[in-house]
Amino acid sequence: MGPFLEVLLGGLLTGVLYSLVALGFVLIFKASGVFNFAQGAMVLFAALSMARLQEWMAPTLGWVAFPVALTLSALIMMALAFAIERLVLRQLINQEGIILFMATIGITFFLDGFGQTIWGSDIYEIDLFLSKDPIFLFEDVFPGGLLVDPYELMAAVIAGILVAVLAVFFQKTRVGRALRAVADDHQAAQSVGIPLNYIWLIVWTVAGLVALVAGMMWGAKLGVQFSIALVALKALPVLILGGFTSVPGAIIGGLIIGAGEKLAEVYVGSMFGGGIENWFAYVLALAFLLFRPQGLFGERIIERV
Amino acid sequence: MLYRETGQFKTTYESDQRIFRIVQDRWIILAILAAALVVVPFVATPYLYTEILIPFLILSLAAVGLNILVGYCGQVSLGTGAFMAVGAYAAYNLWLRVPEINNLIVVFLFGGLMAAAVGIVFGLPSLRIKGFYLAVATLAAQFFLDWVFARVGWFTNYTASGSVAVGDLSVFGMPIATPEERYFLILGMVIFLTIVALNLVRGQIGRTWMAIRDMDIAAEIIGIRPLLVKLSAFAVSSFMIGVAGAMWGFLRLGSWEPLAFDINRSFQILFMVIIGGLGSILGSFLGAAFIVLTPILLNQIPGWLGIPMSTALISHIEFMVFGAMIVFFLIVEPHGLARMWAVFKEKLRLWPFPY
Repeated sequence: MGPFLEVLLGGLLTGVLYSLVALGFVLIFKASGVFNFAQGAMVLFAALSMARLQEWMAPTLGWVAFPVALTLSALIMMALAFAIERLVLRQLINQEGIILFMATIGITFFLDGFGQTIWGSDIYEIDLFLSKDPIFLFEDVFPGGLLVDPYELMAAVIAGILVAVLAVFFQKTRVGRALRAVADDHQAAQSVGIPLNYIWLIVWTVAGLVALVAGMMWGAKLGVQFSIALVALKALPVLILGGFTSVPGAIIGGLIIGAGEKLAEVYVGSMFGGGIENWFAYVLALAFLLFRPQGLFGERIIERV
Repeated sequence: MLYRETGQFKTTYESDQRIFRIVQDRWIILAILAAALVVVPFVATPYLYTEILIPFLILSLAAVGLNILVGYCGQVSLGTGAFMAVGAYAAYNLWLRVPEINNLIVVFLFGGLMAAAVGIVFGLPSLRIKGFYLAVATLAAQFFLDWVFARVGWFTNYTASGSVAVGDLSVFGMPIATPEERYFLILGMVIFLTIVALNLVRGQIGRTWMAIRDMDIAAEIIGIRPLLVKLSAFAVSSFMIGVAGAMWGFLRLGSWEPLAFDINRSFQILFMVIIGGLGSILGSFLGAAFIVLTPILLNQIPGWLGIPMSTALISHIEFMVFGAMIVFFLIVEPHGLARMWAVFKEKLRLWPFPY
């Protein structure tokens, strides 16, 4: 039982990290209907900014460098959201979904190149002031206890806080209500006086901040390097599993995918020679889609002629 | 003035239904073909063949294949690289295991057929899911097939690194070795399959593809069977992509590993289709030319300007410029280069006396 639970818990915690990336996708898709492939690049860019700023300021400022770097990175992500809205989205209003999707792939290329040009392309570290040693949980329940990575535990806690904050933001604030209105119906929202451009700016900013959090977590876990941009590909099956339009779907989808792929890798993977983690999530999501084409929590797609 | 159809009467059904209905179009096409067949061999250097013409032609074919699926049938696929890999590895295995068939054309067609079969299997979800869900679902094909070719030793003949190599190639007994010979073989295949594609998309099957693309439910109601239509689009598209993949492996790379057909290849070809123009065969060629040439040009610019830069920095800046260009192009002309050409032709009809 112990090893099984350990794998399960490890998978769930990794799943939370996937959820963090998927969350950014969902926010943007919900509010603007844009399938934002650049989310992975935004995660990388945010993590790079954070790591380099912290590294640069740490010798003079000590621990204060962390909050300062965090604030500066947040500002950078806001500026980025502003630039994307102004230079790309505003120009492409009323275009088909696939054109916008392609534009975000263009943004991905640009951000990958831009981030590595200005911040460098080595492996950098983000110091979250956590010990690197794994910790043991429930030592009295199981012999030997469960081995847990403190970073992943921290990520789970932060993801929980983030989701709570986002829920409050969406449900209780004026801007949140406007966001939900835009998500429901662009035209109706516009006709009651909600400025679409402003809403998109907000939503891309929020997604940028979520990317910053995700980037910090992944960066602390793997080191800040180009491969972080690729976790976005892992977030895609999470999305189709949970549904493109559902925040809880992103979280639960992440948990299912994280746990599923770790369990499959450990218990089934050895039969095929290992390495099935790369595609297992997709096949799992695909199998789900055959039964629920809109994902677990996605809005039901009603089609009329 | 120069490009005007005035006075060209179509007096038979045959002349009304031909692919290039205007005499000027026929001259342009003939000129391009003549240039490709006659002029190129006199002026081309090996560099021009291997770095520009061969990649351009092969990727054009892949783009034509993907355009059939995305542009004509409306099913977005991100698994192009994987289907190319299927074509390449199927062709490799036929070439390796049945040495009697040392005819590249047969080998390539076999690669295409296998890719078509795999394409049908991964096209099945399209009957149930649509749009971006489908796009992400096709990524399953990409990752799964990448893994298969990297892990299942039989496909790569149990080489340690997973990379395979081919050599001593021939067509009907004629050896294919120099860049020029490879170029002609590729050119022949591409011309042939492009004609097939042109005829398919304007025939009955192409019409049903477009009906499904424009509104699948309405198409279903008027009696078009989505199962046949969607799967035939996946099959034809994957066939062409598979042939392109086999040619890419055999004639462009010579030795390759699964990484040559990773997800970046899928995106590259999707870019060609979008930049060239969805639902246009001509657009596939224009898009391929654009995507093949742009990085080569970008690579040269620092040298021309005489600015010393590290290769890493150059590649990052190349990424940046490439991404920015794509966004720019989408903003300027979301319908692609083919639309630009159509607008230009419209202008040419009146030029130089617009009143």
